[in-house]
Amino acid sequence: MIILLMDIVLFLIGFYALVTKRNLIKKVIGFGIMEYALNLFFILVGYRVEGQAPILSQNNLIGDIFVDPLPQALVLTSIVIGLGVTALMVSLCIRLYQRYGTFDIDQIRRLKG
Amino acid sequence: MNAIVVFVALPLFAAFSLPIIGRFWKRGLDAVSLLVTALLSLCAIYFVIFSNSLPQVYPIGFWPPPLGISWLLDSLSLFMLLVINLITFFVSMYSINYMEQYTSKWRYYTLLMLMLAGLNGVVLSGDIFNLYIFLEITAISSYALVAFGTGAEELEASFKYMVLGSIASAFILIGIAFLYAKTSTLNMFDMASVLAGSPFNSASLLFVSALFITGFGIKAALVPFHAWLPDAHPTAPAPISAMLSGLVIKTIGIYALVRILFNVFSLNIITSEILLTLGGISMFVGVILAIGQWDFKRLLAYHSISQIGYIICGISLGTPLGIAGGLFHLFNHSVFKSLLFLNAGSVEYATGTRDLKKLSGLQESMPCTSWTSMIASLSISGVPPLCGFWSKLIIIVALFQAGKFFYGALAILVGIITLASFLKVQKYVFYREIEKITSKIRKIPAFMCLAMVGLAVLCILIGVGFKPVLNKLINPAAEVLVKGRGYFIELLNTYGAN
Repeated sequence: MIILLMDIVLFLIGFYALVTKRNLIKKVIGFGIMEYALNLFFILVGYRVEGQAPILSQNNLIGDIFVDPLPQALVLTSIVIGLGVTALMVSLCIRLYQRYGTFDIDQIRRLKG
Repeated sequence: MNAIVVFVALPLFAAFSLPIIGRFWKRGLDAVSLLVTALLSLCAIYFVIFSNSLPQVYPIGFWPPPLGISWLLDSLSLFMLLVINLITFFVSMYSINYMEQYTSKWRYYTLLMLMLAGLNGVVLSGDIFNLYIFLEITAISSYALVAFGTGAEELEASFKYMVLGSIASAFILIGIAFLYAKTSTLNMFDMASVLAGSPFNSASLLFVSALFITGFGIKAALVPFHAWLPDAHPTAPAPISAMLSGLVIKTIGIYALVRILFNVFSLNIITSEILLTLGGISMFVGVILAIGQWDFKRLLAYHSISQIGYIICGISLGTPLGIAGGLFHLFNHSVFKSLLFLNAGSVEYATGTRDLKKLSGLQESMPCTSWTSMIASLSISGVPPLCGFWSKLIIIVALFQAGKFFYGALAILVGIITLASFLKVQKYVFYREIEKITSKIRKIPAFMCLAMVGLAVLCILIGVGFKPVLNKLINPAAEVLVKGRGYFIELLNTYGAN
């Protein structure tokens, strides 16, 4: 339980950075932290204390408790999606820097209304 | 091999073969993407005509429902497929000429096809994580497409959209993780039956509903979460504005939310009230913000928020009439709002500006754009017998029937303000006396005209023939939502293992 709570705190740290930081790069880092917290949460959902790898063996020596393998497969997909989003975000930051000459979100405001 | 795979496989294949085709044959880009979207529209129309074999469940890899990923084609997803593929067909026809203004057209078409594959996938998916993946495909390609011009404003709008979009995705993913922790399944049919079977803790279900309403609410730009839309939609190239306002906010916002809330969770009174309130606020705030705008596309973007409010108000009632009205308005809104964005694109193409104050008297020099935008404006303001009238009427009647008199009155008021706002657009852009002779007005190319005329004809056809459209398309789709959780459990029993 305490691990889950800490994971939620990690998520909130990332969320805080993404929403309130003024530097674009810090926002991207915040997004990364949020993404990791999410993936960790998925893994924790499937984790069992002293569970084993869910491999069917021939002589059935493995115990009763298995780790749920499905969240691990999902997390792999989720990591790849996160990679794509992060790459796009960073490339946008580079282009924004070329246009505005700054990473400060307060100075990047040409759109209004 | 089932025919419904085509809806995702064909655009994906096209997306990755277009860069190669574009290398050798420039015109081939236009031809291939037009052909792909036309084929998919025909496929959807074929399914609508021969719809007696619905619902179909396609288990990927032949693993039956609780085990593998399964795709579902029923009346609701078929309805969405028809809307998506028809609009994309007209949009890609419009892009043939319009996108000549930009460089590297093949990148544009690749992203457009990826977006189409994502949209079709969201609609077809019967597995909640699979839905999330297609949602992300759509979202990532739309972030890139908003920034396509790579000007200062485009990049800024795209970054804002991206930050809010990824927060939305994070909320949705947490929701999915909680659901998985509670039900140990990802298949929507199985999830519905597990949720129905156990005496379920309704507080945790409400918590997950809240996460989904926040996540999908950001994607659909409901009012407290709407900040990105008025920046992202106007700055994108015109065909992409049409796609975003016409399809993306509806598919990955409203459709996904409604599918989960109705068919998996089975709508309860609290979520229904929350959605109704959000819809009412969006309806009012959107139109109030729209009326003061002087940028053509920005005005249209605010109207999108307002019309999304109508759709949510209708659907959240949960009555058959309300749901039918909401879905009908979804269809109509995607037709006339894409048309309006294409009109705005043509005006910008011809004159180089979209500031209403600088435009005047274009009625004579741009007859095609002028007439089609007149039809679209009358449709969105709800003038009979055009399509917008019928759906708004059904929503308002449903609101009064359900005893929500305040929201019914609000819907009527918003309709009147919408009319006023579009009269302003018509007057300033097309019917005002020419103040100063605009230096030169570029002629609108044939394909752009053709796409706009096609959508305008669709507007009139739906308006005049609303009865068959309601009977053949909307009512079966609404029925799926009305049946709620029981519908998915029935599907599990029919198609499931053992």
